[in-house]
Amino acid sequence: MTKLNLTPNFGPEADAFYAELIAAQAGLSDDEAADWLARLTLILCNHIGDRDVLRQAFALAHERHD
Amino acid sequence: MDLPRYPYHQTLEQRSGQPQRRPVVVVGAGPVGLTLALDLAKRAVPVVVIDDSDRIGEGSRAVCWAKKTLEVFDRLGVGESVARDGVRWQRGRVFHGEREAYAFDLLPEAHHKMPAMVNLQQDQVEARLVRAAQLDGRIELRGRHELIGLEQDSDGVTLNVRTPDGLFDMRADWVVGCDGARSPTRSLLGLSFQGQVFEDRFLIADVRLAPGVRPRGLDPALPERWFWFDPPFHRGQSVLLHAQADGLWRIDFQLGRDADTEAERDAGRIKARVAAMLDSDGFELVWSSIYQFCCRRAERFRVGRVLLAGDAAHQVSPFGARGANSGVQDADNLGWKLAAVLRGEGSDALLDAYEFERIEAADDNIGHSTRATDFISPKSALSRRLRRAALDLAARTEFAKPLVNSGRLSLPSAHVDSPLSTPDAEAWAGGHGPGCPAPDAPLDGGGWLSERLRGGFALLAFGWPVSAEGVPVITLPGEGLAATRYGARPGSVVLLRPDAVVAARWHRFDAGAVSAALARAHGRPQ
Repeated sequence: MTKLNLTPNFGPEADAFYAELIAAQAGLSDDEAADWLARLTLILCNHIGDRDVLRQAFALAHERHD
Repeated sequence: MDLPRYPYHQTLEQRSGQPQRRPVVVVGAGPVGLTLALDLAKRAVPVVVIDDSDRIGEGSRAVCWAKKTLEVFDRLGVGESVARDGVRWQRGRVFHGEREAYAFDLLPEAHHKMPAMVNLQQDQVEARLVRAAQLDGRIELRGRHELIGLEQDSDGVTLNVRTPDGLFDMRADWVVGCDGARSPTRSLLGLSFQGQVFEDRFLIADVRLAPGVRPRGLDPALPERWFWFDPPFHRGQSVLLHAQADGLWRIDFQLGRDADTEAERDAGRIKARVAAMLDSDGFELVWSSIYQFCCRRAERFRVGRVLLAGDAAHQVSPFGARGANSGVQDADNLGWKLAAVLRGEGSDALLDAYEFERIEAADDNIGHSTRATDFISPKSALSRRLRRAALDLAARTEFAKPLVNSGRLSLPSAHVDSPLSTPDAEAWAGGHGPGCPAPDAPLDGGGWLSERLRGGFALLAFGWPVSAEGVPVITLPGEGLAATRYGARPGSVVLLRPDAVVAARWHRFDAGAVSAALARAHGRPQ
């Protein structure tokens, strides 16, 4: 089973990636932004295409500390 | 420490109404203007520094001084005292609520003369610079001289200045505006100053702690930079804690967009915020200020014979300590160029290169600063939610840690496309390429490479000495720490600029190549 990759994947570009992620939904209303995020999730899940990996990600996203 | 003043005196030039022509007039006696004046004076260029005040600005303001800045100060004679009296730190922690989400270490490389970062309140740094300037016979520091007019022709610049005795004109070959974010010099040049204005208000409180008070458990003997997102003592906002010298601490509270600025100035209210943060009222409030910030820069840093440096040219948020540090580095970049032009050794293109290199650096700093600020003050519900997710995941996975951004601390920018650099003609395994800051290293006989450089051009020869025209040679071992830092092998030579930037490098000495690179670094490409 492929293990979910949790090592940093953007190298020195992490800040640039994050800024691009935020900029991509700038100007959307809160509702539009939530829809955008939902579509993004489906697009990325399809790109990953490995259901074992996705199940590990679903479980990790369930955990929270506060 | 008592802060020195530079009281107003009427000068002969004023009384006679006959402007005395000066090579350089620096507008603004802050850390940038004074650094530039001291640098020019060391190069035997007489300087007049004018300032609309006659004393050092109140309060601590800038706090963190990075290694490159300390190396510049050291060359000008004040670095050792700043490093000695400042607080050294290298570890930063970022908390989400009360839980640590991420920690970083500036990982200072051993064997540099100057530490990675020192905290010292700005007025204490300025005091050292003012004293050094007042001891230097080539610098004339004039208080209560307010710049109100600027006119230039092909031959020089006329400055119209207001003093307690009225208006008079000064005349200079070159004028450098180091007069801060609201720069009169920039306004008089008619330059736009555009970028992003952030709506969030922030409150700075400088406090002195009673003995035994540990801010949120931090050991004052082992100072660190602590940053909280959404802490229980200041819900929904962020807080930054920094140690300063003499038992002073800097606490920076985010107040949000809708803060009532007038109400927040109330000392009782500020003390209540500090007491909630410290969980103690064992402190004295020394200074406070409410601010808002911008990330922006002037469209140009040079208009003919007038140049801009520091906040006059660019402004960033305080997260990352990129304001004062990049300003001092502007001065370091400009001083030798201006001196070379005045002496006829360098061409006017050097001053265009100043603008090119420092706009490149300003854009780099503004990019980092804008990203940090966007993370600290999210502008939409979704970006706030994504940040919350990043902070939550950062506490338990590696991948999310680099996404947490409470400010990336100042490092000198590389001038990768500088017209003054000679590109590598050979492959180099590591080291620092043309346009990059030159690293320090210890010398075999004691002392430091940074001390040997002394603000001039230098040719580092690794392994054995070489004989080069027009540039002093520093011979270093062909193997060892310095060679590793420069990516050098026995026989390599590295040409350094007066501001300790690599200009060119070769694996084998060639007198013709060195002389061509030297000409190019003087703005005279052949």
